[in-house]
Amino acid sequence: MDDSTVRIPIGPQHPFLKEPAKFDFDIHGEEIVGARMNIGYNHRGIEKACEQRNYYQCIYLLERVCGICSHSHTTAFVQAVEEIMKLEVPRRGLYLRTLVCELERLHSHLLWLGVAAHEVGFDSMFMLVWRDRELVMDILEEMSGNRVNYAINTIGGVRRDITDAQHKNILKTLGILKQRLDYYVHIGTSEPSFVGRIKGVGKLPAKRAAEMCVVGPFARASAVDVDVRRDDPYAAYRELDFKVITYDSCDIYGRVIVRVGEIVESCKMIEQLLTNLPEGDIVAPKVSRKAPAGAAISRYEAPRGEDVHFVRANGTEVPERVRVRAPTMANLEAATESVIGSYVADIPIAIASIDPCFSCTDRMAIVLRDRKKGTRVTTWEELRRYGIDWYGKNKGIRF
Amino acid sequence: MEVIKPILYILIFPGFAFQFVFSTYLEWIDRKLYARMQNRRGPLYTGYQGILQPVADIFKLFFKEDIVPAGADRFMFSLMPVLGLAAVVTAGLYIPVWLFTPYNSFEGDLIVVLYLLSIPTLALFLAGWFSVSPFSLIGATRVLTQLFAYEVPFFLALLTPAVVAGSWQIHKISVFPWTSGAWWVIPIQVLAFVVALLTLQAKLERVPFDTPEAETEVVGGPLTEYSGKKLALFRLQKDVLMLVGSAFIAALFLGGFSGGIWLGGLQLLVKTIFIVFLLSVIRAAFARIRIDQIVSFSWKYLAPVSLVQLLIVLILKGNGVF
Repeated sequence: MDDSTVRIPIGPQHPFLKEPAKFDFDIHGEEIVGARMNIGYNHRGIEKACEQRNYYQCIYLLERVCGICSHSHTTAFVQAVEEIMKLEVPRRGLYLRTLVCELERLHSHLLWLGVAAHEVGFDSMFMLVWRDRELVMDILEEMSGNRVNYAINTIGGVRRDITDAQHKNILKTLGILKQRLDYYVHIGTSEPSFVGRIKGVGKLPAKRAAEMCVVGPFARASAVDVDVRRDDPYAAYRELDFKVITYDSCDIYGRVIVRVGEIVESCKMIEQLLTNLPEGDIVAPKVSRKAPAGAAISRYEAPRGEDVHFVRANGTEVPERVRVRAPTMANLEAATESVIGSYVADIPIAIASIDPCFSCTDRMAIVLRDRKKGTRVTTWEELRRYGIDWYGKNKGIRF
Repeated sequence: MEVIKPILYILIFPGFAFQFVFSTYLEWIDRKLYARMQNRRGPLYTGYQGILQPVADIFKLFFKEDIVPAGADRFMFSLMPVLGLAAVVTAGLYIPVWLFTPYNSFEGDLIVVLYLLSIPTLALFLAGWFSVSPFSLIGATRVLTQLFAYEVPFFLALLTPAVVAGSWQIHKISVFPWTSGAWWVIPIQVLAFVVALLTLQAKLERVPFDTPEAETEVVGGPLTEYSGKKLALFRLQKDVLMLVGSAFIAALFLGGFSGGIWLGGLQLLVKTIFIVFLLSVIRAAFARIRIDQIVSFSWKYLAPVSLVQLLIVLILKGNGVF
């Protein structure tokens, strides 16, 4: 680092970060020459908490891993558990599960499009896209009773069926949504000032993307053709007709193209699911509360990329180990690297282009060494004492 | 009476009191229009339809804690908000309101106004420079870079009506279309009008030219460390700058505010709001462009366009059309 290089800290609190994370960028004028990231501000101990709850309680806990892809985590988990229990899920259950998956992808991608527009100061698009995202939220609310944590998954199927009236209503709302989406797809891919900001920015070459094992739309925009829905089909995807959208520009523009393409594909899939919805039960009968000893890995294509859950059962009601690998974990390092060479102005949109979700990703932060006192770690009591002393000395406040 | 009059001009009209009321009103209009364009409601609760919200914002800031960062230059840090506001309010005294010549109008006041309108930008730059925070520093350098991009096209655009009227006095320029009878000089200056609008938007640091204070990139830009009264003064400065800027563009390009107290006052209201409406449309229709894109856009498009406009006007004037 020479004299003309300035290190700017971004985070843990910064307007562009929706959740705490720390980035340090070395900048030379306006150009970024170095980048580092540090996560661990949001650890909640969900994996450990799962080991103290039974399988049904775990579903509701894992639903709260992420506020956007809540259905993704529960689906990945119940799929793993179903595999261990060797359960056969009824077709209607699978279809409804997939329906919620695709609705979730729809609202997640719309949310991302709004956030991306906001990061480059295009607030009009942000507001309008988020207005129409409400339509999807309404559908989800009507289906499940909840806007965010749908709580629709259960081991062996889903918890709620849809009626004919709901069926009609969803198709009607989807019709309105599709008209509006056409407009956003057009704006998102052709508005000159927006495209000017995202074209050629945040480059991640295809080779590097494959090396760093990136997943989801981030990988597909770098011409890495991966999609769990097609490569390792789960739920009802085997019976659906859809395209995997890829693009080879390797920049943020590509990520927009891929995501808006997926929005359109999701709409098509939802229509297919609704028209081909089979009759029958929605949940497997007689599900045991205990899982036999065994282990399973479940892969799931969340809106942000491949979500992996590992579950090990030991014959009791409680899982022995649950491991969650959220898609942001796979993408974050590559995203930080892709910023190098861009301008300071591109930091927010480049980091946001992976649709980061830090609370899903954060696991554990251990302070190995206290900077001032060598190896000691500041305890809570010391921290409290320091705060009281500081305010007493500097502000004259006595506690 | 002769002693009191200038003081009234400075304090009441068209000085501080008038500018405070009118500029906060314009900010409300801008916020409402911007909100409606985004399918939102905008401010609603303070006063009728939230009309007092900008005033409430400023008063709220006045009662907030005022912090000067430990490493900052205390004197410069406190001076800059006052300097910036003083400069724009002074520039506002030259708005050619209604029929009579403003009391301090003189041949060449256009240049004084242009000079005064550059001071807030410099104040903003120095404010960021002396607050010693990385975000402020980046914001400050962007302020200055942007100044070099838009200032020349801005001057060239405002030169056009001056050339048309053959005068450097704002009052004379504004009444020229009516006194000379050649009202059609207004439509032929449309290119300069567009350039002036865009560069005013850049001067106000609003989308698409809001790089210096892009919140998602550099937090608050030069104003990151400001709080309380000083921030309130900067906010007020921005409002008054919007009023003064749009009033001057209305005076120079849209035929001024002649016709007596009532008609002139009405024209001031309507024309200024029209300019603010256009500024809101620009703000709602674009994404924020990068600083390098601003510089190349200004020099590749805005400057040549304003030169072409100047050439058109010079040719017409050389042939004695007006």
